[in-house]
Amino acid sequence: MIRHHLAIAAIRLTVRAAAFIAPLVTPLAAQVAAPQSLFDRARAPALAESPPLIVPVVLTSRLPDGPALHVVEHRELPLVQVTLSIAGGGRLDRDLPGLATFTANLLDEGAGKRDANALQSELAFLGASLSTGANWDATTISLKVARRNLEAALDLMADVVLRPTFAANEVRRQRDLRLASLMQQRDQPGALANLAFSQALFPAGHPYRNALGGDSASTARLDSAVVREFHRGSLRPERATFYVVGDLSAADAQRLLSTRFRGWVASGIERRPAPVLVTPTQPQGIQVILVDKPGAAQSVVIVGTTGLERTNGDFAAAEVMNTILGGSFSSRLMTNLRETKGYTYGVNSGFAYRPLPGPFSANSGVRTNVTDSSLVELFKELRAIREAPVSTEELVRAKAYITLAIPSDLESTSQIAGEMVTLANWNLPLAYLREYVERVNAVTVADVQRVAKQYLPAQSAYVVIVGDLTRIRSDIDALALGTVTVREVGSIVRE
Amino acid sequence: MQRVRPLLALGLTAGLTAGLTAGLTMSLALPAALSAQGTPLRVPVTVDTLPNGLTLIIHEDRTVPVVTTNVWYHVGSGDEKPGRTGFAHLFEHLMFMGSKNAPYPQFDRLLEAAGANNNGSTSGDRTNYYESGPASALPLMLWLEADRLGWMLETMDVAKVDLQRDVVKNERRQGVENQPYGLVEDHLAPALYPAGHPYSWSTIGSMADLSAASLDDVKSFFRMYYAPNNASIVVAGAVNPDSVRRAFREMFAEIPRGPAITRPSPAPFTVRDTLITLEDRVQLPRLYLAWHGVKEYSADDAALDIAAYVLAGARNSRLTQALVYEREIATSASAFNSSQRLDGDFQIVATARPGFALDTLKAVIDAEVRRLAAGGPTARERGQAMNSIEAQFLNRLEFSSAKADRLNAYYYATGTPDWFQQDLERYRKVTVADVQRVVRKYLNAGRVTLSVVPQGKKELAATQRIVQ
Repeated sequence: MIRHHLAIAAIRLTVRAAAFIAPLVTPLAAQVAAPQSLFDRARAPALAESPPLIVPVVLTSRLPDGPALHVVEHRELPLVQVTLSIAGGGRLDRDLPGLATFTANLLDEGAGKRDANALQSELAFLGASLSTGANWDATTISLKVARRNLEAALDLMADVVLRPTFAANEVRRQRDLRLASLMQQRDQPGALANLAFSQALFPAGHPYRNALGGDSASTARLDSAVVREFHRGSLRPERATFYVVGDLSAADAQRLLSTRFRGWVASGIERRPAPVLVTPTQPQGIQVILVDKPGAAQSVVIVGTTGLERTNGDFAAAEVMNTILGGSFSSRLMTNLRETKGYTYGVNSGFAYRPLPGPFSANSGVRTNVTDSSLVELFKELRAIREAPVSTEELVRAKAYITLAIPSDLESTSQIAGEMVTLANWNLPLAYLREYVERVNAVTVADVQRVAKQYLPAQSAYVVIVGDLTRIRSDIDALALGTVTVREVGSIVRE
Repeated sequence: MQRVRPLLALGLTAGLTAGLTAGLTMSLALPAALSAQGTPLRVPVTVDTLPNGLTLIIHEDRTVPVVTTNVWYHVGSGDEKPGRTGFAHLFEHLMFMGSKNAPYPQFDRLLEAAGANNNGSTSGDRTNYYESGPASALPLMLWLEADRLGWMLETMDVAKVDLQRDVVKNERRQGVENQPYGLVEDHLAPALYPAGHPYSWSTIGSMADLSAASLDDVKSFFRMYYAPNNASIVVAGAVNPDSVRRAFREMFAEIPRGPAITRPSPAPFTVRDTLITLEDRVQLPRLYLAWHGVKEYSADDAALDIAAYVLAGARNSRLTQALVYEREIATSASAFNSSQRLDGDFQIVATARPGFALDTLKAVIDAEVRRLAAGGPTARERGQAMNSIEAQFLNRLEFSSAKADRLNAYYYATGTPDWFQQDLERYRKVTVADVQRVVRKYLNAGRVTLSVVPQGKKELAATQRIVQ
């Protein structure tokens, strides 16, 4: 059991840039009391000046057949992280929600001359870890391995990227497993709440209405042919970038990858995102969506609306504002709903950044008999940060929490590669981190209030509640928040 | 053993990262393989102990300007009294509720203002507290830890206990009651361990016991277990060891030593064959098979870890191949050797595909276990397990927080913080014959067979029937 789960951190990591600070820090002798003991227990130790941010050197080049290559030498341990990010991902699903993630998951279920069993056996025998996946931005193939086994592991990675088998029996097996996993969502209150929220916010025709993992109807239509076509049309060299971090030089990275990915040539018709002709549905006032979960010990609650795009100039201010609202342990939502009222184990808020504007939402799981009170407090906080300026202390704390924690997000080879990938989704280099720190530090109390007013829901929002309706329905109705709709589990999961 | 993390990640975080978690399986904790066998793993440390018994372990690593402070108190849910299950973890929550010089809510606010994160966790054997952040935050981390070790109780009151009791009950609701298959631990632990055994109840505890916890309980627990002689502190990262030692002395030396602690010493026992069926709000039945295992770091511990890997540690492992790939009767299979300080257990877990009864899964699992007992693993299987385990060792060394927690764990278990290489050697010594022997010895004994089935579908539960 842990004190609190850092759901918050997970969100922050996706939006947070990261960097190195100079390896030499102010000697501790200057920070703590001198031997003669100026130490005074009644006062918190003063913090040393934070050293300037130094961004690691990224050497950028290109492989012969098109893919870009970004290398960071990081020689702490004899390890190498190789991440291949191919732009596209779930936004290329078009009429088959879940196709990008399904194709990605099949890449390592047999490739080259090896079936799934042999491939996994080879990788594990090398002590290599290879994973494949897709998000809304990209398909990603990620390899981590000891330097001495890098060559052999890259041979397998090249097979996975260029020569996946997509054998009919493997496709069918993985499709059946996915159908079983989708079926299990019926019992997962958090998953149900997220689905209901997305279905409310994004109208038919909008890609985010669907889950990245698709639904049972779209999954039933997946077969070898559509997967092969997606692979040909989407995993193309001109969209690919390798991020290599670890115990090797840029020249070695270039040499090792060039030989293995030579001849990666695009074929077939390039797959493009379907045009998005609809915009997120603006709620009319507060629209409450209830999902019955008889006997539930808690109610899962989401309050949200459309957020902002990552390229928006208000990004830094929005992140500072959200850190104060619900993006840190000492945030207002956590202080109120958990630490003062005891309604919940955890509550958080955040903006989801995707190719198109994703949602803003505040999320919590609250005790059934305080579901209505929790909503009152959630809306109170959403209003308060719009209506009154935050304190200077809150502002300073939030900025420090964002900027000073950056080096901790970049300790390992995988973290460094991950941050490069995230930033690259927005065409930002790692060097952007310095600018991000400056932008965060420039945010004022007035900026926080302005972005709160502009982007947070207050008068109009979607409220999704998954809980025991026989116990909460009358309390929710009594709040008179706005329109109330009840959705059946079957309609949410099936959609 | 650290219990599975509670739930925000499973349910609520998905709100914002649903897209990411659903599709992108990239992990920050990927294993990697070691360099040549001859290169020893070293995490150099210095060890200092104050007259009050508090131990400081420093590992200097200036790769990145980050520092971690990690405190282990040698008390866990295994030390709880009858009628107070869940107390050690509830107490962990109270340690964040302020102390004399850092009254609530300064602990979190000061650390966040310094760019640092913090958290704590409770297992059967120990409770840990950790802060990670920029190196400049280290004096603050030490000061806060000292203040709550020396001057916490005087600020404790009934209101704080009541509040965190509510929070912990919410944690239990979220992690146990509202979670598919969440109730399993409540039933598995008392079936595996005899009444009164420290591991016979779950770390989260029962609602009734959480309700019973009092301010007096908090005070006596603190006085007994939250004492310098029952703790060790690791500082790992970009630090100057001399400065750390000086700050450590100034901040912790005056805290008085606590009483001698009597550790539980449970009597030996055997697990009897037990059949349990739970009906839950789940779509797919899930089977848990659990046997009596061994203490952590004891003779057969590493061989059981390798047995778990050979059975279900990778996609090409025996149970995963048989259940998920060949027969296609399960959606997943896993196996764990959960060894703790006082004892351990070994579990195999498999979730049925729609339409399959758990007896069908059990028959295949039993056949695979028998096959492993009869022939042992192949050299290749043992090699794959070993290479994967070595990779995990190296991967862990990338994170100062992971190193810090292992240093405290090794120190408590062996008296030597830098025990990484010795730990690795335990695995290297395991032969295929060892794996075969431990499978025969431990997985051919009494066991708990627990089925979780959809409500009204008891006919899907495992029985004692032998299905060939």
